Amino acid sequence: MDVTTPMVEFDRVQKSYDGESLVVKDLNLAMPKGEFLTMLGPSGSGKTTCLMMLAGFETATNGEIRLAGKEINHIPPHKRGIGMVFQNYALFPHMTVAENLSFPLEVRGMDRGTRETKIKRALDMVQMGKFASRRPAQLSGGQQQRIALARALVFEPDLVLMDEPLGALDKQLREHMQFEIKHLHESLGITVVYVTHDQSEALTMSDRVAVFNDGKIQQLAPPEDLYERPDNSFVAQFIGENNKLSGKIEALDGETATVRLHSGELIGATAVNIGGAGSETLVSIRPERVEFRHDRIQEGWHTLDAEVLEFIYMGDLFRTRLRVAGHDDFVMKCRNIQGQERLSPGQRVKIGWHPADARALDPV
Amino acid sequence: MADMTATSPGAAPQGLQTADGRPLKAALAASQARAKRRAFYLVAPLLAFVLLTFVLPIGQLLSRSVSDPRFIENVDRSSGEVTPIMVELRDWFKANPPGTEPDEAAYQALAQGLAQLAELRGQGDVGTRINYEAPGTRSLFTKTARRADDLEAPFKEAILDVDEDWADPVLWQAMRDASSRYTINFYLAALDMTRDVDGNIVNVPEDRQVYLLLFKRTAILSVLITVTTLVLGFPVAYLLATLPLRYSNLLMILVLLPFWTSLLVRTTSWMVLLQSQGVVNDLLVWAGIIGDDGRIQMIYNQMGTVIAMTHILLPFTVLPLYSVMRPIKPSYVRAARSLGATSWTAFRRVYLPQTVPGIGAGALLVFILAVGYYITPALVGGSSGQLISNLIAFHMQNSLNWSLAAALASLLLAGVLVLYWLYDRLVGIDNLKLG
Ligand SMILES: Nc1ncnc2c1ncn2[C@@H]1O[C@H](COP(=O)(O)OP(=O)(O)OP(=O)(O)O)[C@@H](O)[C@H]1O
Ligand SMILES: [Mg+2]
Repeated sequence: MDVTTPMVEFDRVQKSYDGESLVVKDLNLAMPKGEFLTMLGPSGSGKTTCLMMLAGFETATNGEIRLAGKEINHIPPHKRGIGMVFQNYALFPHMTVAENLSFPLEVRGMDRGTRETKIKRALDMVQMGKFASRRPAQLSGGQQQRIALARALVFEPDLVLMDEPLGALDKQLREHMQFEIKHLHESLGITVVYVTHDQSEALTMSDRVAVFNDGKIQQLAPPEDLYERPDNSFVAQFIGENNKLSGKIEALDGETATVRLHSGELIGATAVNIGGAGSETLVSIRPERVEFRHDRIQEGWHTLDAEVLEFIYMGDLFRTRLRVAGHDDFVMKCRNIQGQERLSPGQRVKIGWHPADARALDPV
Repeated sequence: MADMTATSPGAAPQGLQTADGRPLKAALAASQARAKRRAFYLVAPLLAFVLLTFVLPIGQLLSRSVSDPRFIENVDRSSGEVTPIMVELRDWFKANPPGTEPDEAAYQALAQGLAQLAELRGQGDVGTRINYEAPGTRSLFTKTARRADDLEAPFKEAILDVDEDWADPVLWQAMRDASSRYTINFYLAALDMTRDVDGNIVNVPEDRQVYLLLFKRTAILSVLITVTTLVLGFPVAYLLATLPLRYSNLLMILVLLPFWTSLLVRTTSWMVLLQSQGVVNDLLVWAGIIGDDGRIQMIYNQMGTVIAMTHILLPFTVLPLYSVMRPIKPSYVRAARSLGATSWTAFRRVYLPQTVPGIGAGALLVFILAVGYYITPALVGGSSGQLISNLIAFHMQNSLNWSLAAALASLLLAGVLVLYWLYDRLVGIDNLKLG
């Protein structure tokens, strides 16, 4: 395999369980070796199905999946050599931790000495060296998670699949484990396909994120692009919090569109994913890019009148819900910095944002 | 924990205390007493029921298996009055060691006893009792008791005059054994053993040994039935646990169907199927696999017992297996596969071990049911397919030797308990999963 051959390749893959509807529609994806790619999407969008096809537990209805350049549609799961971490860990309950880790090595016919060194190394890697003789039921959720991770890595696969491995953990532990998985990925140089529906997890861990919806990849991009330059309304809505204002394109001039909101106001926006003049659009603006203090609203910014409906103190942030251009759910986030003004319901303010922060996207 | 006790002021060095200074253990017991009482009231009816229908009958069974006092006391059928009998003869047995040649005194005591029996009309019961241990002696008692009034000294001659068989040492040994209230003779009989004229325990002649053979046959057939139900039931349970709900419900109905039809009907339908002029043989002949004169004897022998009982007991393995298989998520086998195991290795090393509690429960249940099964072997077993329970029934209904029936049943019970204990040692009873 030369360096340019992708580690994993989905080529026009389709999947149907019942012959009536497609769960995965025309999936195309190429992953270079060593990448950390996350599949992110709402429940039922086909993430697990993709992973199962890659692991060999489901067959693609159409199209080709290639692993290191080799077509694998007809290779049984145990010959693919892919490490996998399951959502519920799937640690064998009748075996101890050490036996669980020993399993993949035994079926590969390794001798006892080799097995023991590898098990020890894998357990130390996830800081679980002391737990070798415990049963999975005697471990906490986070510890089980580490063992599942160690088991998927102990036979040194090049590719590791993880299906919502942190779904069952509490927030703090989850963040800690995110860091550890990321660290392992970097130090071992493995390729990882990671499935989650937690967007912050996807953003913090991944090299690239594939946003799934309705069996299709909506956008495949590095986290930063995904957040700041969403391709369509679905991605804008799904990643982070987002304000949307609906309207019609009045004029289109290259990158800039002028949008007439349904309430009558006229605003400018960056044209991203829209039809021609006269077509419907959703203008998306991130809550933290909205300003209300006169001194910070600069020349050339768009401003709209707003009425404060609700003020929520969130510690590091103030979250203010406003009525803007007939929308009741417009949200503005301000950092809780020294001297930050706290708005109260009923108050009328003028809000504004930089034109580049308003993106005209497809209507949903 | 340690620093908690250390910081609570005035805590006694041994045992924790509540805030107001009561020992924690006592406080806990007091607070739980109410809940415990309530729980007890809730189970009380069941407890009474179990006591009445289970513990008492088993107690009765055990006591009957070591005692049949019909040689010691006579119970009047209508009034229920208990009269001690054979008092003099029992005294003579006490005074003389086993194996003593019966002398005039002994015969005199016997004559007195027989006279009393004639009065009480109890010679039949006593005869039956002695007949168990010395077969063919019942008529001696009825015949001689009828003439008891005519007997005169010397009694030995008088009695032997009535029937010479009274001199048989086996008979005297049997009477000696029957004259003590408690005896292990029924257990000896149940194990094909008996006492010789000197009271020593010996095996009965080989041509009269039945029970050990039947115990052995019962055990072997039960093991066979258990194994076949497991082999047949495992795939069914697997299908039940893995099929989509729509199909698995249908299959479940098929599995449970035997429960919804009468045992008798099911057994008779096996007769229709398996007899030599039955459906299966007809089909085989029709298909030319066997000739008309080569019809296979599939029923009224051990094969019939095994086939019919396997069918009847199959749900008892399928259900526990199903209940352990249902929660085994497919991700375990998938994990094993992704770790490099072939599907066979994944099954053997990951799936199968997780079903062991169900296999154990199913096997134990079927085995225990099989060793005590009665109707089916009685109907389709012929003579070679009879099990020990059929013999127990025989002694309850025909020979009326309830004590022997009780002894056989107790041995069966003991065997099952030993099995249960073994299971606990080997697999652990906590691992038993019935549903
Ligand atoms: N074995 C199956 N048979 C039939 N349909 C299935 C099967 N597995 C999944 N599906 C369907 O395929 C679609 C996608 O399922 P999938 O499990 O891939 O979603 P997902 O993105 O992993 O969702 P989640 O985030 O909830 O895990 C769903 O509509 C689901 O109902
Ligand atoms: Mg999923």
